[in-house]
Amino acid sequence: MNKYVKKYLRNDKLAHMWCPGCGHGIIMHQIIKAIDNLGLDKDNICVVSGIGCSSRAPGYMDFDTLHTTHGRALAFATGIKLANPDMKVIVVSGDGDASAIGGNHLIHACRRNIDITTIVFNNTIYGMTGGQFSPTTATNDLASTAPYGSIDRPFDIAKLAAAAGASYSARSTVYHANNLEKLIEEALQVKGFSLVEAMSMCPTSYGRRNKKGTVSDMLEDYKETYININAFNKLPLEKREGKIEMGVFKNETYPEYTAEYQKIIDRLKGDK
Amino acid sequence: MKMKMKSNVQFVQGNKACILGALDAGYKFYGGYPITPSTELAELSAVELPKVGGKFIQMEDEIAGIAAAIGASLTGKKSMTATSGPGFSLKQENIGYAMMAEIPLVIVNVQRGGPSTGLPTSPAQGDMMQAKWGTHGDHPVIALTPESVQETYYMTIRAFNLAEKYRMPVMLMTDEVIGHMREKIVIPNKEDIEIIDRVQPNEKEGYLPYGVKDGETVPKMASFGDGYRYHVTGLAHDETGFPSNSNENAKRLLDRLMNKVNHNLDDILDYEEYMLEDAEHIVLSYGATARSARAAIKQMRQEGIKAGMFRLKTVWPFPEERLLELSKNVKNVLVAEMNLGQMVLEVERVVKDNAKILFCGRADGEIITPEEIVETLKEEF
Ligand SMILES: Cc1ncc(C[n+]2csc(CCOP(=O)(O)OP(=O)(O)O)c2C)c(N)n1
Ligand code: SF4
Ligand SMILES: [Mg+2]
Repeated sequence: MNKYVKKYLRNDKLAHMWCPGCGHGIIMHQIIKAIDNLGLDKDNICVVSGIGCSSRAPGYMDFDTLHTTHGRALAFATGIKLANPDMKVIVVSGDGDASAIGGNHLIHACRRNIDITTIVFNNTIYGMTGGQFSPTTATNDLASTAPYGSIDRPFDIAKLAAAAGASYSARSTVYHANNLEKLIEEALQVKGFSLVEAMSMCPTSYGRRNKKGTVSDMLEDYKETYININAFNKLPLEKREGKIEMGVFKNETYPEYTAEYQKIIDRLKGDK
Repeated sequence: MKMKMKSNVQFVQGNKACILGALDAGYKFYGGYPITPSTELAELSAVELPKVGGKFIQMEDEIAGIAAAIGASLTGKKSMTATSGPGFSLKQENIGYAMMAEIPLVIVNVQRGGPSTGLPTSPAQGDMMQAKWGTHGDHPVIALTPESVQETYYMTIRAFNLAEKYRMPVMLMTDEVIGHMREKIVIPNKEDIEIIDRVQPNEKEGYLPYGVKDGETVPKMASFGDGYRYHVTGLAHDETGFPSNSNENAKRLLDRLMNKVNHNLDDILDYEEYMLEDAEHIVLSYGATARSARAAIKQMRQEGIKAGMFRLKTVWPFPEERLLELSKNVKNVLVAEMNLGQMVLEVERVVKDNAKILFCGRADGEIITPEEIVETLKEEF
């Protein structure tokens, strides 16, 4: 058995519930590899999720894990982190969970710059409920609630987080798994709010309806479409068509929320 | 709880008494969003919590406020969220979550006029049924309602104690009158206050986060970060805390949740019987309205009318056994409440034909006066 699976997963809770070819398992695997690379203490990690296929990941992970209500993972996680700043708090969320029903919590967690690492499993669809469009579904894509093609314009979650004030924001895909692992590892070391958007395929609720071919065709698509942000910026405008940037969008240091709160407590102690 | 002579006397509003009680109960975390007439609860928490090493956070909305408070409670901190009207509506989904996941939490609702934005600065008691049925699905509820500033202090402590003891959210249903009214209160000595803390496990091996042993009312609750590495979910779950679709298991879980309250009524139920010994008429009331009911009874007694009060201190669970008993010896049960008929429905369910049921209610932002109560009863003579 894979050493990471043995060490970090609740083996009695496997097999997992994801469909064959679902990208979510790859992301979970890269998260535990990043945790292992950093040698983090299992007893001190808390993984929080909302509702969705992606949000089932914490159930398989052998840490303190909290499966909350749809969209609210970051709000619960904020309470945990502020109440116990020594814990490493990780949020796992789907694109719908993080950017639709939980979109407000996302931008406010970024703004506060609270020390939480969020991994968004972005399959550009509501997987769990059978393929309704999400805030990241591309315009013209088909979804069960966009039967004539979506007229909605999508969010770019990594850029949204960067603009909202997060210390760290990055994007990768399940095709670029090693790169994804490296970005998660980097995010986990940030003292402040960090977000990694992980593009993930949902063959069942997205791929089939949009005629994206086999799972390997979908992976091949990631390889063709996603290019490093620096390479992207060097491309002439007409060649950027159909390409999407990946890599680190932002890496800056700002005051961290729980540390700032601790300063108030210390100051009040001094006043006595 | 005895009060000693040399205790601390203060002249404060109900919302302040609530925070004083909370702090004495061991309150360490507030998550919420400001809304009239509960805002002082947030403001005072912001001032006081960091002084005792606690944490205050103003979240982006009420949903996030209760979510943060639940998260904090999971780390072992006594937590509270406070709100009014519209905010209480927003919190409902996560109130159900806290019930299902058995997270201790105090939710204060300083009631104001509704529906919708309604009457932000006027009192009401229009959320009593929402307290019971606001979140979806069957679930146990404990909701307390104080009639004075002093009682707000003690009831807040009791709310924390019940939350910790039964591992569930407990609601403190006050109203704009009680929240903003100033009265003299006596703060008891610390050693005279009973404080209950959740029972924590001391054995990691074989820890069942949702399993109860013989004689236990609730499962032992480990704090996140203490190395128990367990799972918490709002899905129906088994003793290990992991989701389970089995109907048998769902039934076992829900029965246990409901029985936390149903099998401990002696411990949870609280009410006051005022001049009921020889009463021919019961006035059933609670919260701010009970003050008018008390004045109405005094007035009627002077006129020779034998009226007394049955005052709810726990609205949920409803003290139905005692009310049924009392109703057998009286002519009328008059329900006075600041709404268009909520707890009176419970009274009708319980009293049935034992006595005539009268109703005195309003929901226009005005409090019910003693005269209105007296008149409602006299119409029967
Ligand atoms: C308040 C609420 N609204 C709606 C739902 C139904 N629901 C469950 S998961 C989901 C969408 C999940 O999509 P996403 O977050 O992208 O996760 P995925 O399943 O794609 O991984 C929805 C709408 C719910 N559980 N709760
Ligand atoms: S429906 Fe889609 S997202 Fe959900 S498990 Fe299946 S493939 Fe994955
Ligand atoms: Mg999705």
